[in-house]
This record gives sequence, C-alpha cells and structure tokens, in this order.
Amino acid sequence: MITAAAQEREHYLNASYGLKSWLLTKDHKRIGLLYLATITLFFFIGGAFATLIRVELLTPQGDLVSSETYNKLFTMHAVAMIFFFLIPSIPAVLGNFFLPIMIGARDLAFPKLNLLSWYLLVIGGAFSLFAMIAGGVDTGWTFYTPYSTTYSNSWVIATALGIFIAGFSSILTGLNFIVTVHRMRAPGMTWFRMPLFVWANYATSLIQVLGTPVLAVTIVLLFVEKVFHLGIFDPARGGDPVLFQHLFWFYSHPAVYIMVLPSMGVVSELISTFSRKAVFGYAFVAFSSVSIAVIGFLVWGHHLFVSGQSLYAGMVFSFLSYFVAIPSAIKVFNWTATLYKGSITFQTPMLYAFGFIGLFTIGGLTGLFLAALGMDIHVTDTYFVIAHFHYIMVGGALMGYLGGMHFWWPKMTGRMYPEGWAKLSALVIFLGFNLTFFPQFILGYVGMPRRYHVYPEEFQVLNVLSTAGASVLAVGYLIPMIYFIWSLKYGKPAPMNPWGATGLEWQTSSPPPVHNFDETPIVTRGAYDYTAVVSEEVEVG
Amino acid sequence: MSDHTQENHIDSVGTYVKILVALLIATGLTTWVATIDLGAFSTVVALGIATCKMLLVALYFMHIRHSSKLTKLIVVGGMLWLAILLVLTMSDFASRGLLGVAGK
Amino acid sequence: MADHLPQTGVPQTDVRQPGVPAAHVGGAHVPGAHGGHAAHAETFALRVQFDTEAQQKDASTLGMWLFLITEIMFFGGMFAVYTVYRNWYSDVFNVASSSLNQIIGAINTGVLLLSSFTMVMAVRAGQLGQRNMIIIFLILTLLFGGIFLGVKAYEWHEKWEEHHIPGQTGFHLEGVAPSEQGHAQLFFSIYFAMTGLHALHMVIGVVILLTLIFQAKAGKFSASYYTPVDVAGLYWHFVDVIWIFLFPLLYLIDRHMGK
Repeated sequence: MITAAAQEREHYLNASYGLKSWLLTKDHKRIGLLYLATITLFFFIGGAFATLIRVELLTPQGDLVSSETYNKLFTMHAVAMIFFFLIPSIPAVLGNFFLPIMIGARDLAFPKLNLLSWYLLVIGGAFSLFAMIAGGVDTGWTFYTPYSTTYSNSWVIATALGIFIAGFSSILTGLNFIVTVHRMRAPGMTWFRMPLFVWANYATSLIQVLGTPVLAVTIVLLFVEKVFHLGIFDPARGGDPVLFQHLFWFYSHPAVYIMVLPSMGVVSELISTFSRKAVFGYAFVAFSSVSIAVIGFLVWGHHLFVSGQSLYAGMVFSFLSYFVAIPSAIKVFNWTATLYKGSITFQTPMLYAFGFIGLFTIGGLTGLFLAALGMDIHVTDTYFVIAHFHYIMVGGALMGYLGGMHFWWPKMTGRMYPEGWAKLSALVIFLGFNLTFFPQFILGYVGMPRRYHVYPEEFQVLNVLSTAGASVLAVGYLIPMIYFIWSLKYGKPAPMNPWGATGLEWQTSSPPPVHNFDETPIVTRGAYDYTAVVSEEVEVG
Repeated sequence: MSDHTQENHIDSVGTYVKILVALLIATGLTTWVATIDLGAFSTVVALGIATCKMLLVALYFMHIRHSSKLTKLIVVGGMLWLAILLVLTMSDFASRGLLGVAGK
Repeated sequence: MADHLPQTGVPQTDVRQPGVPAAHVGGAHVPGAHGGHAAHAETFALRVQFDTEAQQKDASTLGMWLFLITEIMFFGGMFAVYTVYRNWYSDVFNVASSSLNQIIGAINTGVLLLSSFTMVMAVRAGQLGQRNMIIIFLILTLLFGGIFLGVKAYEWHEKWEEHHIPGQTGFHLEGVAPSEQGHAQLFFSIYFAMTGLHALHMVIGVVILLTLIFQAKAGKFSASYYTPVDVAGLYWHFVDVIWIFLFPLLYLIDRHMGK
C-alpha cells in the first residue's frame, strides 16, 4: 500500500540526481540536508577538541598538552560548536526543512538567498578550519582585546573572518524566515494557527537580524585594529577594551537564545504530539518566545560584572537579567501543564523533550545565580559557569535538536529509525551528560577556575567523574549517527504521519514532493487540534 | 492575512524637487550653524537637522508615507534596537567612577 | 559586507524550475488561493514559490527593509564607539574634527543628496514604465555616486599627506598635546572606519546600479515590474541617510572653535 507506492512516487530526493542537483539546488529541503552534513562535520570536530580537553583534565598535571595548546583546544572547541554547530543547528537544518512546510508554503521566500546562506557557512567554516589546521587560535571564543589584537600570535584573523562570513549566513537565514512567515502562509494559516516551532524560529530570526550585524561590525573593528593599526580599542591610545566586550556581548548574549529558542519550539511540538493534547496556553508560549528574544537584548552587561564595567550599570544589568526567567518559566510551566492528563507515550523524541525540560531548568536556575552581582563574583570564570552554559547549550539546545531530528527523521528521509536503539542512546546521552557536567558545578563552586589544564589534586576525583561522563556521552552521540545512516537503507519505510501529529508537514507524503504539497493546503483549524488527525501509527520497536 | 500590498502611489516631480531643495538648504544650514558657538546645544542642533533630513529622505524618497504598517513597524523597531545598544552601553560609561571604588 | 545585495535586489529570471511537473506550477495559480489575481507570466517573472505578483513584490520590499535594519545595527556598533570616545575626549575630538575640510564635506553631502534625488526619479520612471527615463536617471545616479567617491578618495589622500592616518609613522595632529596624540589617533581611526565602510557600501551600490542599467537596457523593466529598481533605491537612500549623520558627527563638531 503506502510502502509500495512510496518507492515509485517522485519526491524531493529522487526528483533529480547528481552532485550538481544538490550543489545548485534551490529546494529548501535539500539545502536543509546540506546544512545537516556541514554542521555534523563541525559537531565532530568540536567533539574531538572536547575529547582532548577532557583527557588532559584526567590528571592534575599538564601531561598531555602544553598550556598554549590547551588554550587553543578550548578556543577551537567553542568556535566550532557555537558558530558552526549550535547557531545554525535547528534553524538552518530543521527550520529550513520544515518552516515552509509547516505554514503551507512551496519554498522560502528567497530560495537563491537560502542557498547562498549555506555557501557562506561553508566558506566561513573553511576559513576557521584552515585556522585550526594551520596552527589554531588561542584567544578564547570571545576574542577579547587587547590580547587578540596586540599580543596573540595565533590565527585570530582567519578565525574571526570565518565567523564574520558565517554571521552573514545567519543573518540571511533569519531574514528569509521572517519574510517567509509574513508573506508565504497558506490560506487560513493565521498567526495564531502557526505551530509553536514556527513562532520560535520567527523569534530566533529577529535576534539573528538585529544582533548579528553588531558582531559583524565588532569583528571588522577587531580586524582593522589588528591589520591596519586603527586602534579602536587600544588602551595605549586611550581606547577601552571594555567597549569591545559591550559590543561583543550585545550579540553574543542574545546568541544564546538563537541556540535555545528553536529548541524550545521543537519541545513544544514534541510535548503536544506525544501527550496528544493542545499546548496549554498556546498564546503565552508563542509570546514568551518573542519576549525572550526582546529581553535577551537588555541583559548583556551581566557578562561584564568583573571586567571594569561601572557598578551602577552592573546593577541595572543584573536586575534586567532576572526578567529572562519569566518567559522561560512560562514555557516550562506550560509544557508541564500540557502533560497533565495527556495520553503520554514515551517514544524517543519525547524522551529528549523530557531531558530538555529537566536539564534546561537546572541550567536556567543556575543562570539566576550568575545574574546576581555578589554570587557572580564568587563563581566568575570557574567551572560553575562552564556547567551552567553546557546545561543550557548541550542539555537544552542539543537535546532539542536531537529530539527534533528523531521526530522529523521519518519525514525527511522516508525511513523509520530503530526505536529500541534510539531509546537506549537517549538514555545514554542523558546519563552521560549529567555525569559530565554535574560534577563541574561542584568543581566551580569550590573554586576550580576555567581555562587551566593544571589543577590542585583535591579536584581530581570530580574531574575523573566528568571525563568518565564525557566518554559515555561520546558513545551516546555515536549511536544515533550509526543508526540514522543505517536506517537510510534498512529502516522501515515511514508512513505519512507516524506519530499521529497535527502539523501540515504530516499531511504530505514522506518524503515530501518537490514543492511540498500536491495542492496548496487550506488551513481551517488551530495548530494542535487532535480531533481530526488521521493517524497511521506504525509498528515501531 | 492582513499584510497587504502597499499602494502604488506616484509622487509628482515637483514634490521630489521641493524635498531636494529642502535637503540642500538644511545641509547649508547645518554647515553654517556649526560656526556659531551654541555651547552644548551645537550637537543637539546638528543632530536635530540631521534627523529632519533623515525623515525627509525616509518619508518621501523611501516612500514610507505610503508604506504598509509592517514596514513602519520594522523601521521603528530598528531605531529602537539602535537606541537599546546606545543607551545601555552609555549606562556603563556615564556611571563610571561614581562610587569612588577603583575600577568601578 | 553587503556583497549579497544583488541577490535580494535583483530577481531571479528563471520562472519555473525544470523538472517541475506542470501541475505544481499550476498550483501557483489556483484561483482564490490567496484571493489574488492570476499572474501575468508573460510580462514578468513570477517565481514558483509565490502565488501572485503582489506577494512577490511585497516579499522583495520586506526583505530589503529587513536588510536595512541589519545595516542600522551594523553602523550602530560604530556609532556606539563614536559616542563613547567623543564623550571621553571631546576636546581632542573638536580639534581633530576641525582639521577636516567642512566645505568639501558639505559639497559632497549635496552631491550625495542629488544622487538620491535622481535615484527616486529613476524609481518614478519605473512606476510610470518609462524605460528610457529609468536608464537616464540611473546613469545620473551613478555619476553623482562616482563624484562622491572621487571626492572622498581625494580627502583620504589629503589625510595621508598631513600624516593624519592612525598608526602611520610620524602621525601628528597640530594643536594637540603630545600626551593626547593617541586620542587624536582614536578620532581618525573612527573617521576612517566609518567613512571607509560607508564608501564600501557606496561601491556596492555602484555595482548594483551598473547591473540595473544593464538590465534596463535589456528591456527588463516595465510599469508592472520594476521591483529591482525599487529595492535598489531603498538601499541607495539608506546609504545616503548614514552619510547625513556622518557629516555632522565627523566634520562639524564645534567647528566654531576653528583650526
């Protein structure tokens, strides 16, 4: 029946063949897959650096690498993971693939621009990769002046240029999404019928469009200072390095929300689908995404509490930082309320959603510690900070990404993944993650500073635990990699709607036809109306 | 779907010429007024004239007068974000040293 | 920086992707799908993802406005730098600002405003479908833009001769104490960064204008399709607006104090 037909039917994957049909494609779905390949590469590069860091930290002595090399390791780990994995991850892969389908469009508003965005990411990535191979960069991913402009002899310019170019990829993706959401919705797809994933990506796009240009100009100023000696931040000429930090964090704090907001959008879809209930307080969850995007721009000064910012400004930024907690809490409470009396099934994507809620909550609450002026001085630049942002960026953003990948994999590829292995790996990742990063909260609180490869012997037990957890985590990431590839050939053919979900993407075939729908859908109900779902539950296991 | 296309409003050549003349006069004015000592107000006047010129260009040459509400919202939003950047950055620099604590 | 602009500004001309079954493209014209009119595929290029020409034009305009917002933030970072240092070192900045040639600056501002006028006239010619007038006004815009850049280059060269380039050996600004020469260098760092990036945007604008002139000569534009001229106009005016602020901020600070 469906399975047999699926083999014959023309869809976006078999419509044309050959390298050229991929490298010159304007199909948002194919571009999404191009992004998937690119960011997966950078995820494993960043992971390799993380592995070296954790192995070095097994012992108190610096016996694996020199301190200079260690500086490069943590810098390149962050550059690869932040700029070339996390920031493009959900928007550029899942958003690219599903945002147009979810609003009933045939493509994004500017398909060529979309392809250009991918090329920009690849070019930017090539610059950064070149820097890594040629000798690395040791400034920390924040490129603080004057070290980066005056003293560092590592590959600052190549890396910064790579990030600058990748930044335009991010800007153009955001611009494309905003125009698409405003102009390309199908008949009947009103703003308050849009899935929350679309809302979350819309809010993310606002940050990309409003924040990233400031990073771009900051890198330009860094560049002209290092290359042409236009000493904009040079203290020798009366310039102020703290000004660099202001500009840098004006983008880089909201960038955290670029990473986590789309993940929250994924979780909203997952929680609703696997408890078969409309998201509790839909409008609140939708607006909380937008308000996180807005409030996220008002808090950057909390990264500057100990770096010479005035105390009054510190108080203002500390006060404002607490406001981010409100929309974040609205989301967590509303997800929990959605679960209440739902018919919950524990399929793999739902396991990731649960993982997200728990880990994000820990990450968010420890963020409040850091937003408090006095507390922050105690734990600044310790492993407490490291643990906090890994709970947000790995426990939050990455969990949501993996949940979304499992949820939408059948639609993207037309194949089911093996549910048993998937559940196992979700569990391994959750345990491995906590074993890696929970000890770091304690390490930081008792005083282990970040960015050192040598530490007192008292810290060794917790560091060994952390490294053991990282090994478990690495295995957990390799399993999905293997079974996803395996499923492309051996996975069961996926039906149109394996989860009994409500979104428009589940009302077209798996994988979707080239222009997403055989005829333009007309939307007549809200995003999470389960009364009319035609579900074809598949035997999984 | 409330987003609606902007009307194709065609302004007369006369309107554009008037705007151009106003812009050129404002340029002369701001250059001349800078030679007068207005104290702290000279910056205010210079930026005030620049803002008027910007409004003329935006409203007439960029057709914001006839644009959709969404376009207007985008422009206002952009200005607002610029203000966030400037005001919160200056909140630090303007309050440095107020406490008499070294480095704060 | 904005080298991707032609992508937003200039439409793609391939209407229908090869290999797409007619039924899909036909789907674009489902009557009543958006309550819109049927597309006039023979007069201009309606891309496959859009239902109506109005939708396509709106998307391009919206995209350009969003791009301009990113430009506001891009220059905004430099305005923040300017604001901070201007407040800290206002005396030195006054002297440094006075060393620029205000008259040339004012004339160049006028030239740029003229180019904005000719640009808006080109858009008007587009609205009226006067193909020859589009070409004439675009060429005039190009001319004024070129003059602006030429004058700018002359001014930069002058700074070089006067040893007012930051980091240049022998940098010296008259009327500023030796201990404050660094602050004067900051002013010129900002001056070159801001005018340099502005000029870069002008150069990109010139490339766009050349593309448009070429397209206009090929007869691509008509009263029903002149979107590229329209959005390129928005970009050109925006670059003009940036200069409207750079001129007083860089050239006119407390000019009454004199050289």
